Amino acid sequence: MQQIINFLIKYKNTLLFLLLLFISLVFTVQSHSYHKSKFINSANSLTGGVYNWANDIDEYFNLKEYNDRLVEENKYLRSRLGELNAKNLDTIYQDTSSFDNPYQFTSAKVIRNQFSNIDNYILVDKGEKDSIHSDLGVITSRGIVGIVEESSRNFSRVISILNTNSSISVQLKNTNHFGSLLWNGKNPNIVQLEEVPRLAPVKKGDTITTDGRSYIFPKGIPVGVVDNFELDVNQSYYKINVRLFNDMTNVGYVYIIDNQNLEELQSLETENNE
Amino acid sequence: MNKLVTTNITRFILLVLLQVLILSNINFLGFINPYLYVFFILLLPLNLDHWKVLIYSFLIGIVIDVFQDSGGINAAASLVAAYFRPNILKFAFGVSYEFQTIKFYQTPFTQRLTYILLIVFIHHFVLFSFAYFNFTYSLEILKNTLFSGIFTVLLIVISMILFRKRYR
Repeated sequence: MQQIINFLIKYKNTLLFLLLLFISLVFTVQSHSYHKSKFINSANSLTGGVYNWANDIDEYFNLKEYNDRLVEENKYLRSRLGELNAKNLDTIYQDTSSFDNPYQFTSAKVIRNQFSNIDNYILVDKGEKDSIHSDLGVITSRGIVGIVEESSRNFSRVISILNTNSSISVQLKNTNHFGSLLWNGKNPNIVQLEEVPRLAPVKKGDTITTDGRSYIFPKGIPVGVVDNFELDVNQSYYKINVRLFNDMTNVGYVYIIDNQNLEELQSLETENNE
Repeated sequence: MNKLVTTNITRFILLVLLQVLILSNINFLGFINPYLYVFFILLLPLNLDHWKVLIYSFLIGIVIDVFQDSGGINAAASLVAAYFRPNILKFAFGVSYEFQTIKFYQTPFTQRLTYILLIVFIHHFVLFSFAYFNFTYSLEILKNTLFSGIFTVLLIVISMILFRKRYR
């Protein structure tokens, strides 16, 4: 017994070191798997508050850029409105007993954006208070940004598409061939599209959009264009570099998408699997 | 003693805020950021008990991690640097450290620089190894360690020159 105590006293620094190192390793491993990092999370009132305060100052320097984006988006929406009005309206009826649009949009402000690490997260200023919860899609007027991973009362942490744990199902706009959107950690403007079958006619400059299979994003949200592509080692799938429409280094304001039909769709899917 | 505690707490808060609000957003050439908060570990009293150094270093690391959503990588890196601190002190300052009488700002510049370089590069190497967590990224780990390390050492030397007078 005496020897054990002596041992503990002699090596107390090393033992303390190993204990703390173990704790930090657990946190590190957790952060590398999706939905596990509960403790080390910037969506709490202290860190969120600090970033929110800093962002109030920072915001002024980007106002002009955000204004230009809004004008651009308004122009696009106006042109869509014109198309709708030009169609024959008397054949459209409105069913007021249900929402025709299952997707509900919430606007939010990015208060902290990362893009230089290998696993990047974005913090936005809407949380459970505004009925934001995990697994909601996040987009801007130009393209997709990521998926909400964790929410506190006032803030949410979004797992950016610039994160090696992120994987989003997307398709070629013209042909409906789909694949997974991943990131290799190198260039914040280029992401990788994998598992697109060799049969798909891929051309440089083709548009990539979301495919709606995961129910998180509606079908047809723009992602980017094909920058270059090659066949993988097995010669059966394409590896495509996609240039994003979004400037991920300057996101600004985002929309969070809530699919109202999600539970219904998922329950149908589990019934099928059983 | 009381003054020492308040100085260190103030330094802790200031360095954390400086790190998460400004320095981590520099992204010089796209990926190079300095990690000035290592200065806190360097400036902890040189004769402080080793276990206290470990705990304080772990604390500043984990606070940075919470802000940056980076898991436990900053905590682990600070902890490893703090664990080797006594050996590095002995190596850098030699006999004068054994007598436990030295103060950070009263040591010769070259010895101090050795101390800073060793701590910073150990810290950065562990930090980026854990951040990438995959040996296929060895080149990125070394590149990041080297460039960010140089940036950090430069900033530490500059802040040392700026704040030296007050401590004398």
